Amino acid sequence: MSRPSAPPPGPFRLASGGRLIDRAYSTGFRFNRRHLRGFKGDTLASALLGSGVALVGRSFKYHRPRGILASGVEEPNALLGLGQGGRFEPNQRATTTALMPGMVTESQNAWPSLDSDVGAINAPLWRFFPAGFYYKTFIHPRAAWLNVFEPVIRRAAGLGRAPKQADPDRYEQAYGFAETVVVGGGIAGLSAARDAAREGGRVLVLEQTPHWGGRTPVDHAGGEARVGALLDELRGMENVTLRRNTQATGLYDHGYLLARESLADHDPKADLPRQRLWRIRAGRVIVATGAHERPIAFAGNDVPGVMLASAVRDYIVNWAVAPGRRIAVVTSNDDAYRTALAALDAGLEVAAVIDARPVADGRLPQAVRARGVEVLTGTGIAGVRGGKLISGVDLCAQDGAGKVTGRLDCDCVAMSGGWSPVVHLWSHCGGRLLWDEPGGFFRPEPSRPPTGPDGAPNVAVVGAADGDLAVAALTGAEVEAPSAQVWLMPAQATRKARFKMWLDYQNDVKVSDVVVAAQEGFVSVEHAKRYTTLGMATDQGKTSNVNGLAVLSEALAQPVAATGTTTFRPPYTPLTFGAIAAEAKGAIFQPLRRTPMHAWHEARGAAWEPVGLWRRPYTYPQGGETHTDAINREILAVRGGVGMLDASTLGKILVTGPDAGRFLDMVYTGMMSSLPVGKCRYGLMCNDNGFLIDDGVVVRLAEDQWLCHTTTGGAERIHGHMEDWLQCEWFDWKVYTANLTEQYAQIAVVGPKARDLLEALGGMDVSAEALPFMTFADGELGGHPVRLYRISFSGELSFELATPAGRGLALWEALMAAGKPFGVTPYGTEAMHVLRAEKGFIMIGDETDGTVIPQDLNLHWAISKKKADFIGKRAQERSFMASPDRWRLVGLESLDGRMLPDGVYAVAEGVNANGQRNVQGRVTSTYASPTLGRPIAMGLVAHGPERMGEILEFPVKGADSVRARIVDPVFYDKEGTRANG
Amino acid sequence: MLLLTCPHCGIAAEETEFNPGGEAHLKRHGPGASDEDFEGYLFLRHNVKGPVLERWRHSYGCGKWFLAARDSVTLQVYGTYPASLAHPSDEVGDSVRAAHPNWRTQI
Repeated sequence: MSRPSAPPPGPFRLASGGRLIDRAYSTGFRFNRRHLRGFKGDTLASALLGSGVALVGRSFKYHRPRGILASGVEEPNALLGLGQGGRFEPNQRATTTALMPGMVTESQNAWPSLDSDVGAINAPLWRFFPAGFYYKTFIHPRAAWLNVFEPVIRRAAGLGRAPKQADPDRYEQAYGFAETVVVGGGIAGLSAARDAAREGGRVLVLEQTPHWGGRTPVDHAGGEARVGALLDELRGMENVTLRRNTQATGLYDHGYLLARESLADHDPKADLPRQRLWRIRAGRVIVATGAHERPIAFAGNDVPGVMLASAVRDYIVNWAVAPGRRIAVVTSNDDAYRTALAALDAGLEVAAVIDARPVADGRLPQAVRARGVEVLTGTGIAGVRGGKLISGVDLCAQDGAGKVTGRLDCDCVAMSGGWSPVVHLWSHCGGRLLWDEPGGFFRPEPSRPPTGPDGAPNVAVVGAADGDLAVAALTGAEVEAPSAQVWLMPAQATRKARFKMWLDYQNDVKVSDVVVAAQEGFVSVEHAKRYTTLGMATDQGKTSNVNGLAVLSEALAQPVAATGTTTFRPPYTPLTFGAIAAEAKGAIFQPLRRTPMHAWHEARGAAWEPVGLWRRPYTYPQGGETHTDAINREILAVRGGVGMLDASTLGKILVTGPDAGRFLDMVYTGMMSSLPVGKCRYGLMCNDNGFLIDDGVVVRLAEDQWLCHTTTGGAERIHGHMEDWLQCEWFDWKVYTANLTEQYAQIAVVGPKARDLLEALGGMDVSAEALPFMTFADGELGGHPVRLYRISFSGELSFELATPAGRGLALWEALMAAGKPFGVTPYGTEAMHVLRAEKGFIMIGDETDGTVIPQDLNLHWAISKKKADFIGKRAQERSFMASPDRWRLVGLESLDGRMLPDGVYAVAEGVNANGQRNVQGRVTSTYASPTLGRPIAMGLVAHGPERMGEILEFPVKGADSVRARIVDPVFYDKEGTRANG
Repeated sequence: MLLLTCPHCGIAAEETEFNPGGEAHLKRHGPGASDEDFEGYLFLRHNVKGPVLERWRHSYGCGKWFLAARDSVTLQVYGTYPASLAHPSDEVGDSVRAAHPNWRTQI
């Protein structure tokens, strides 16, 4: 803000007036590199109009020149790109953007420049871009869609351009609670808030603009004072919160309301979050969102300078801006006469009021006539003269086909086709609408409101949003006659004229398009909408929906009520992803789970693998090692010496109680109740569909106590699965479960020298006799308390040591130190995967995908035949599950030494119904084995285990098929002697 | 976003605090069940327009499963009750019948 004594910015700024601007502060900004000025309190739209900028953008499809149409959120044309760099934002409405000093703005959809746009060549071709153009044109040849049509259309389509840099601003979210939330700070909303506050309970009032009062201060004498009095009263009430610059964007189930508060929009210097997204729980919502004025469909109604009548008087009264020097008003109602009066009061010329109605003798028309302005009743506009600016309009009889009867010179047309209540919030969560025939609009159906959790109505609508357009009881205005329903001007407009009558400005949908849709059989309003794209742009049809529905209804020769309306869906105005994400991005997008040894791995330069919310070391590259080199080194170290794996992330669920054994017999396919204390057993878990969902080692700690190990990603899910059955099915069984995953650190010590390492640490007898395979012992190793399991996921001699989480790092470091003479090597998850694959061990998520049963994986040995029941048993008896034709696990050996790509399919003879090759199997795991010096793979193959030695063909994209032989999935140490040490 | 009251801890909370578990009061059929019974248990759901009985878990609260009688059209919550009940409690049943006098559970 500078130069307090600057001259009035802009040639179209009026010498006096402007209730929202502060002429003491002149503000510079840029539009398409032009330096312009406005006043503090301007919107971008008022500053542009004040500077004489009528052309602000090009339309979406035909690149027609477009100017500002409205003065609020309903604006379809004046979408600008705002800001620079990471703060650049496309598609911002000039009408709702406050002017900030130094603001940089640009128009959209124009190239090379707004004034000479080459895309405008589309305009003379518009006969060739009818409704459904894309559907009809780009069908053949099929291949051309992907390679030619779609890329070209994508380049030409779209509004604005996406920012390329990260948004540097902060956003935050907040929770709000109130017994009553009033949306809309106009006279109806403020009055409703006062009434609600008197009844008691917290009252929150949300207003989308920076100003209270809505239309009342502009439209009604004494309105500003009425609003002021209401505000004084509300500010004195302790239970009332007034919040401006806050846009309610959506109303959801049970009174959940989202609202975006602008705190420092376009003002990066303010040390504030840019926006705050309110997540409000409202006992009830009072919708006082007013109404939107509708355009009239006449030829050329999109030429810059044709504006909504209410917007014209807003610019005059609120910002002292003259949208034109000689204004023609065209209307179907009395309300628009207010614009003529406002223009006259501001010293502007009113060319005439063109009134489509045969008679106009209400108080407002009389007042306009009394000021010497001609009122042309029964008259319409046949066409607008001018391209980028208006030079005049041709007149015609409204009740005719458009024969020109005269001409008016003017530089601005203020139009009003009546008003549509803003019923969005009412409709978002189920409120029904009815067509108000006398009023000519949809309004809430009072008997079909949205309801809350108790089934009682929780949304009410007041004021203009309820169809009470004049809000006469509060404003003191006289009730006006309803607007005439003028859906076409003139009523019998020619086909040619209909090609120039815009309904949806933003998506370039014209009267002719909707008529075509109706003719082609799109009689459902939802279909016609999608076929024509009416109302599907970023403004969601705020100015176009009702006009479009009415035109569709006329084309179908049915009342509008029979056509109905499309569904209103949130958000009411676009929400930026920044506000939706708020602080939940980057490092705090989701919690990161770290094992007790995380910092040690990090210090050794571990490459990380995300597993669920955990980060596990993928491998530990040394020096300039590639990951592949590092993984191979780790594998060979384990096979030849000793390695250590941080296995802390494995799920550990304690199951205890008198019925714990019985319960685990249901949960696992194998028998767990018979497991002796001190022993370990591998178990499989299925769901009741029969599919394998998890696996792991079960340990019997005591007579009534089992510890169930799950996969890393499965701990919470499996704990939930157990609780589901315990609480909902066997709720009378005495079982208690606890997820102890994070209570213990767990370290796998693996390899032929594993026992030597533990003995070097000392304290427990770890001999094969004292601690046989699949047993465990509690004790101390080197002074560290451990539970020592003799289990193996690598086929090597292997121990897993569990210790309280807080002592995990100390134990790890002690083992590393004791292992130094043995060349102990820390290894990561990838080495673990290769080690298990070399042994043919399955991995949940690789060999399983939710459609695989244990029998497919040749795991019959882990399925009890003695048990009467377990979860999944009945499903596995279904004919499809018991079929011998199921794909089953085998090893795959590539013939030419190339690795099989993961997931590739083996083809079979013949083709399926879609003409695709039949398949007979697929690869589930594939690795380069450094132990064997060749690639190995596992896969599921039809009749696989019965086809050992057969060769399968696996087509690979961009290369020759890989041929592979079906082999035993155990590639290494088939006898299984190494695990014994 | 729904508001539900956990019948175990008594807390009324937002939907994000709960996990849904599908239709309630399914009778589990295990080994020995006919194909028809098993199909009904595993795959067939009532999916009615109106009052539904459904399973929820207070996952980010007390961890307990419970059942809810809720209207799939109006979203009215008629009541919640422990998962161990074989039928909706009388109170919940009365609440449903106040809105749907002819309603019967499909258990």
